[in-house]
Amino acid sequence: MRLTLHVWRQRNGRAEGQFVKYDMPNASEDMSFLEMLDVLNEGLVAQGQDPVAFDHDCREGICGMCGFVINGVPHGPERGTTACQLHMRKFKDGDELWIEPWRASAFPVLKDLSVNRSAFDRIIQAGGFISVHTGSAPDGNALPIAKEASDRAMDAAQCIGCGACVAACPNASASLFTAAKIGHLGLLPQGQPERDRRAVSMVERMNAEGFGHCSNLGECEAACPKEISIEFIARMNRDYLGGAFSQRPAGARIED
Amino acid sequence: MQLDARIPAGPIEKKWESHRFGMKLVNPANKRKYTVLVVGTGLAGASAAASLAELGYNVKAFCFQDSPRRAHSIAAQGGINAAKNYQNDGDSIYRLFYDTVKGGDYRAREANVYRLAENSVNIIDQCVAQGVPFAREYGGVLANRSFGGAQVSRTFYARGQTGQQLLIGAYQGLERQIGLGKVEMHARTELLDVVVVDGVARGIVTRNLVSGKIESFVGDAVVLCTGGYGNVFFLSTNAKGCNTTAIWRAHKKGALFANPCYTQIHPTCIPVSGDYQSKLTLMSESLRNDGRVWVPKAGGDKRSPDQIPEGDRDYYLERRYPSFGNLVPRDVASRAAKAVCDEGRGVGPGGLGVYLDFADAIKRLGANTVAERYGNLFQMYERITGENPYKVPMRIYPAVHYTMGGLWVDYNLMSNVPGLFVAGEANFSDHGANRLGASALMQGLSDGYFILPYTLGNYLAGVKPGSIDTQHAAVKDAEAEVGERTKKMLSLKGKRTVDSFHRELGKIIWDECGMARNRKGLEGAIERVRTLRDQFWTDAHVTGSGDEVNKELEKAGRVADFFELGELMCRDALAREESAGGHFREEYQTPEGEAQRDDENFCYTSAWQWKSDAEPQGLVKEPLTFDYVKPTQRSYK
Repeated sequence: MRLTLHVWRQRNGRAEGQFVKYDMPNASEDMSFLEMLDVLNEGLVAQGQDPVAFDHDCREGICGMCGFVINGVPHGPERGTTACQLHMRKFKDGDELWIEPWRASAFPVLKDLSVNRSAFDRIIQAGGFISVHTGSAPDGNALPIAKEASDRAMDAAQCIGCGACVAACPNASASLFTAAKIGHLGLLPQGQPERDRRAVSMVERMNAEGFGHCSNLGECEAACPKEISIEFIARMNRDYLGGAFSQRPAGARIED
Repeated sequence: MQLDARIPAGPIEKKWESHRFGMKLVNPANKRKYTVLVVGTGLAGASAAASLAELGYNVKAFCFQDSPRRAHSIAAQGGINAAKNYQNDGDSIYRLFYDTVKGGDYRAREANVYRLAENSVNIIDQCVAQGVPFAREYGGVLANRSFGGAQVSRTFYARGQTGQQLLIGAYQGLERQIGLGKVEMHARTELLDVVVVDGVARGIVTRNLVSGKIESFVGDAVVLCTGGYGNVFFLSTNAKGCNTTAIWRAHKKGALFANPCYTQIHPTCIPVSGDYQSKLTLMSESLRNDGRVWVPKAGGDKRSPDQIPEGDRDYYLERRYPSFGNLVPRDVASRAAKAVCDEGRGVGPGGLGVYLDFADAIKRLGANTVAERYGNLFQMYERITGENPYKVPMRIYPAVHYTMGGLWVDYNLMSNVPGLFVAGEANFSDHGANRLGASALMQGLSDGYFILPYTLGNYLAGVKPGSIDTQHAAVKDAEAEVGERTKKMLSLKGKRTVDSFHRELGKIIWDECGMARNRKGLEGAIERVRTLRDQFWTDAHVTGSGDEVNKELEKAGRVADFFELGELMCRDALAREESAGGHFREEYQTPEGEAQRDDENFCYTSAWQWKSDAEPQGLVKEPLTFDYVKPTQRSYK
């Protein structure tokens, strides 16, 4: 199939970017989207031109490294699918595709389609863990956990941290990402001792990183390659509110 | 050169315990004076960095990905073994030890494997405490499944994403230590050389993959947890970024490279669909529990599978291995698939594929049950191939998946270069010549959580902290060397892309040092790889500059090292005149076509020592002794 590509080219974070048009005369429908870009890049390199930079690694939809916006949709048109698992048979001969990086001030562009997502790591640093030292754990079966709770925790835990939720949100909110971690750990008995502290600390970090607020549009859930539910955002809001009370210093009042 | 594996004395079940007690300790107040550099943040690296930081050491951690959470451990699907015996089905530490030594075709160290089996039970406890959502029974206890031909159910899992969940657990522990200021994290940073001062590993030289800046870091010990080298084949199930550069640079600085020819070819991967193919995708081995593998009886049979009647099909695994059938171990299943394709009976484009058919399972169990068991895998298959496996048999073919070889380490996981530790898939480790399913995750976490925190402390207790800085002449020399090499690559203005060289290299290694090897092929491959490497250094084209994001430059550096490693793999395969596990020499097989070991002459680990660019590596042997598990011919008939 023949495609016309408009790819966002930006030399680095300080430079201006623009769409550049490329002809892709011989895409195969069995290619993945990233393989199609590989072919484009081989052609560019052969002509001595700078190839399009994009992040990718496992190409199995699990590492979360890849992702960009295709015709306005993060990871492209197939639901529950990362860009690396999207195949060209989902497009038609003659299609025109606009390919651009995640757009969010908390995700500055590094080059072309590659952005800096280290804000996500800092949100995890703020509390996305259970404080347990190596070697101090009791037997794995000492604490029975209801299958339902464990399964639901897993629904949240499968977040791959790709950032599509942020890119899909008109407010560039990281609520789905943050809520998935708060939900994963907060649903398990091991996560209870730090539950309030975690929710408050992670939400505050998310805000400080420059992500917007959630206004319940649900775009994040629609774009999420793991189809994580926005129910977890509701849960996060409840935990945050509860935590805001329990985490204030002893004797302090909530006044503003 | 004499290799000392430093295996403690005493009975096998007491070795690790008494060794730990005999180790020196670092006073808590002194721990913060030591700096440890941990390279790679997969299961081994993240768990080691977090555990060492908890103890109080200063840790600097490095990964080439944009976040430590992306390391390729994340892609492991099936599960992690542990000798918990929660199922009361007769499992024990000794049985896991026994299965692993046998599965490795008697080419692993008994003492290391026993310790691995001991640690397995602690790993599960640790991961549960971290919040890893393992599968559970309704009663709230942990669920298990059987895996990879084992006769007990000892595999713990989190849906089909066990690697992801274990890595996220270790990553969260690591991020916690970063937040506490105990780990300094350098993401998008690639190791380009190891600094050795007076024979001791003291630092690393890196390139910042965003700014291009070449930088050095020094410490009191260096830990490489940089994974396997399967991408030498270009097409493999590894992530695109997986590479050998860290361990190869260390090898060229003196670390011995052990058993490079032991590579694991996984039997159930989605076949290649075209020349543009960039990687291969694994389909979990669990599919073989219900799927039946077959090819047409006659070569060149072009009918669609539903038009081929039962009588014209050859269920070759069931025919050749009546007792194990479709569940034979990975190496056996892979070779059998190659054999039928070599006979011209393969299916799909290019004839490199065999059917994995679920029609009988659907008839027996119903489509719903099959969907419950394998639904996500069927969906992934359909997404990639556009074919519906409920209606048409899957097509599968073997692909490179794991490398058992790696840097040689002693019982303490230290290489022959003092201060240089190697953990996870990067070391030559505990799997011998073949790794059992669900054992890679176990080894990475055993090394990182439960071995390095002890053995590294013991090493540090004997060295004076912080005695060199980045102005040291050895550091400056290493930096200059890295700078020169980078400049040289960027000055290549030839006609071929780096990827085209990598594909060609991969094809040579796959054809001659893949599922089956022979003397003539290996000798030819060595010559062809050398020629190709020379061409690379004159005819490659690396675009862009060194002081920006430059993915072509990153690839070029990795491919340059793959040439040298590929050659060593062929040399190792040539020198090992026997068949063992993943290493199958066509000259050495039983009359039935199975791998024929030669315990009398080859019961050793081959460790290769770098000499110079002008002469090949020298072979150093570490003899293997088996006091507990008696070597026998593996049989799955």
